[in-house]
Amino acid sequence: MIPDLRVRLGELELVNPVMTAAGCAGSGRELAQFFDIARIGAVVTKSVMLEPRAGRPAPRIAETPSGMLSAVGLQGPGIEVFLQRDLPWLLSRGARAAVSVAGGGPGEYAELARRLSEAPGVAMIEVNLSSPDLARRGRHFAHDPEAAARVVRAVRAEARPDIPVFAKLSPDVPDLVGLARVCVEAGADGLAMINTVRGMAIDVDTMRPAVAGGPGGLSGPAIRPIALACVYEVHAALPEVPVIGMGGVRTGADALEFLLAGAGAVAVGTAIFHDPSACVRVLRELEQALVERGVERVASLVGAAHRAPGAAVRG
Amino acid sequence: MNDFRPVQMSSPVLTVRQVDAYHAITVVAPGIAERFRSGQFIAVAVGGEQSSMLLRRAFAIHDVKPDYGGTVEFLFAVRGRGTAWLAERRSRDLLDIIGPLGKPFPLPRDPVNCVLVGGGYGSAPLFPLAHALRRRGCRVDLVLGAASAGQVFGAITARRVAETATFTTDDGSFGVRGRVTDALGQVIEDARSDVVYACGPMPMLREVTALAARHDIPVQVSVEETMACGTGVCMSCVVPVVGGDGITRMARSCVDGPVFRGERVRFDDVGTIPFDALGAPGWKARGDEESPVREAG
Ligand SMILES: Cc1cc2nc3c(=O)[nH]c(=O)nc-3n(C[C@H](O)[C@H](O)[C@H](O)COP(=O)(O)O)c2cc1C
Repeated sequence: MIPDLRVRLGELELVNPVMTAAGCAGSGRELAQFFDIARIGAVVTKSVMLEPRAGRPAPRIAETPSGMLSAVGLQGPGIEVFLQRDLPWLLSRGARAAVSVAGGGPGEYAELARRLSEAPGVAMIEVNLSSPDLARRGRHFAHDPEAAARVVRAVRAEARPDIPVFAKLSPDVPDLVGLARVCVEAGADGLAMINTVRGMAIDVDTMRPAVAGGPGGLSGPAIRPIALACVYEVHAALPEVPVIGMGGVRTGADALEFLLAGAGAVAVGTAIFHDPSACVRVLRELEQALVERGVERVASLVGAAHRAPGAAVRG
Repeated sequence: MNDFRPVQMSSPVLTVRQVDAYHAITVVAPGIAERFRSGQFIAVAVGGEQSSMLLRRAFAIHDVKPDYGGTVEFLFAVRGRGTAWLAERRSRDLLDIIGPLGKPFPLPRDPVNCVLVGGGYGSAPLFPLAHALRRRGCRVDLVLGAASAGQVFGAITARRVAETATFTTDDGSFGVRGRVTDALGQVIEDARSDVVYACGPMPMLREVTALAARHDIPVQVSVEETMACGTGVCMSCVVPVVGGDGITRMARSCVDGPVFRGERVRFDDVGTIPFDALGAPGWKARGDEESPVREAG
């Protein structure tokens, strides 16, 4: 038996539930050296901004137990180059291109959505809300439900109606379910979670923060239990809302955990740095896990952990 | 073109040995050995399959041999948990390796005089380069430096592959007391060097580049910036580099380098985002935008 791996997240249909996490797959080209990127559910790009962006000074990354801290600062070429060079390349390889966007205010996000809607082939727009709001002295949109709602509304208004819009949430908020609800009310077709968790390390030799500037974003298996709780709680509160789960996925079993918690698809981020073929390996391991459990359709497992104990998973 | 693609492989360890103050591991890695060009590196996963250390360690390839279908040797000093784990590997253990990665040293078309300058284990990639240059009929001179005698790497091999080999140590325990740049000028004059190749710490590369400029000869530098993935996806190993168009970009040393033309690297700005770099805060700010203080990954 070959399990049916197709999943459906609202209007977003994918051949399988494994994708790359934003900012962890370069432009797609780097990974295409190691596997056929058309084989995974989608390639989520790093967050694209209107203008080219140099990012943050080095050191940008530090290793921590089962994780890493990063403060890359969204280095990228800007939407112009993305549309001319990166997007056509992804499409030419048969990849499903989900585009993450980031900006300094709702206007910039809206402009990005408009530009992406004019281009053919964008499968989904993911709104990175962990970007500083210039009007509020750099406070992240994700940390303020009203600001987040304004951004999501602006993107939904400008994005072509057939392109699903997912809001990417940060776990560092007092009321994640509340924020999720606000984003959905503002027009988000789905949610992606979680972004990195605030953390820090200090180099005891240089006696300086290990990542320039101090704290950074923690990612990798170290944050998986946090991410899983976020997905579980949001799915419990909003069972109809499609969720892309991420945070420390490294194996097929990890991906399965997220699906059971309520994610309709799973993104692999930091694990790619360790293993450039992580996405296809996770996919293979997930398929194997389904076979071992006699599950015919991966979609039947989504949210299964919420069902009453003993309730059968119907394939 | 596909021949240049890096490969990921599970490579058996052939030997682990001590070379001067360093450890050297040779692995059987035919796919990497056959694609290798000097200056390229490998990225090694450390700690085993379920390792809590997620970042790959990058090492310059020091030697490639045809034995067992192709072997690759790299060199390291134990500096943390990852390299300590590597030093404990034994023959027949498997290492998860990706390579060859990065841009190789460009080789001159004509048989010119080349001086190769290395600091510490930055000397490692210079040996395959020396062989490649010799095969093209180039004259090769080596200048190798380190803090003290124990860290000067490959002295015996150096004398064998090079026309002249000059050694410097900070404490004078071996060769000339001082830094490589104290000896380099004389070597360039004596050997009538046409081009400089250098690998080592940033301050050394900066000095070597300045010296080459004074002698009006080109210099290729291989930077030893810390990397996390080696494949170009994590964006952590960036250095400010001036492009052919005169614009400074934050270049990834793993895929845009590690070899750069020396005069293109903005050594004084390493560890910063130069204000005029493409996409730096305030760079070509559009009329309707305030100059932002931005962050977030
Ligand atoms: C180096 C790095 C860069 C990232 N860049 C982005 C980005 O551009 N946009 C975004 O929404 N998330 C970004 N993220 C967050 C990831 O997409 C993901 O949400 C997070 O790392 C958790 O997943 P993981 O543990 O599998 O990495 C980045 C993470 C890392 C480690």
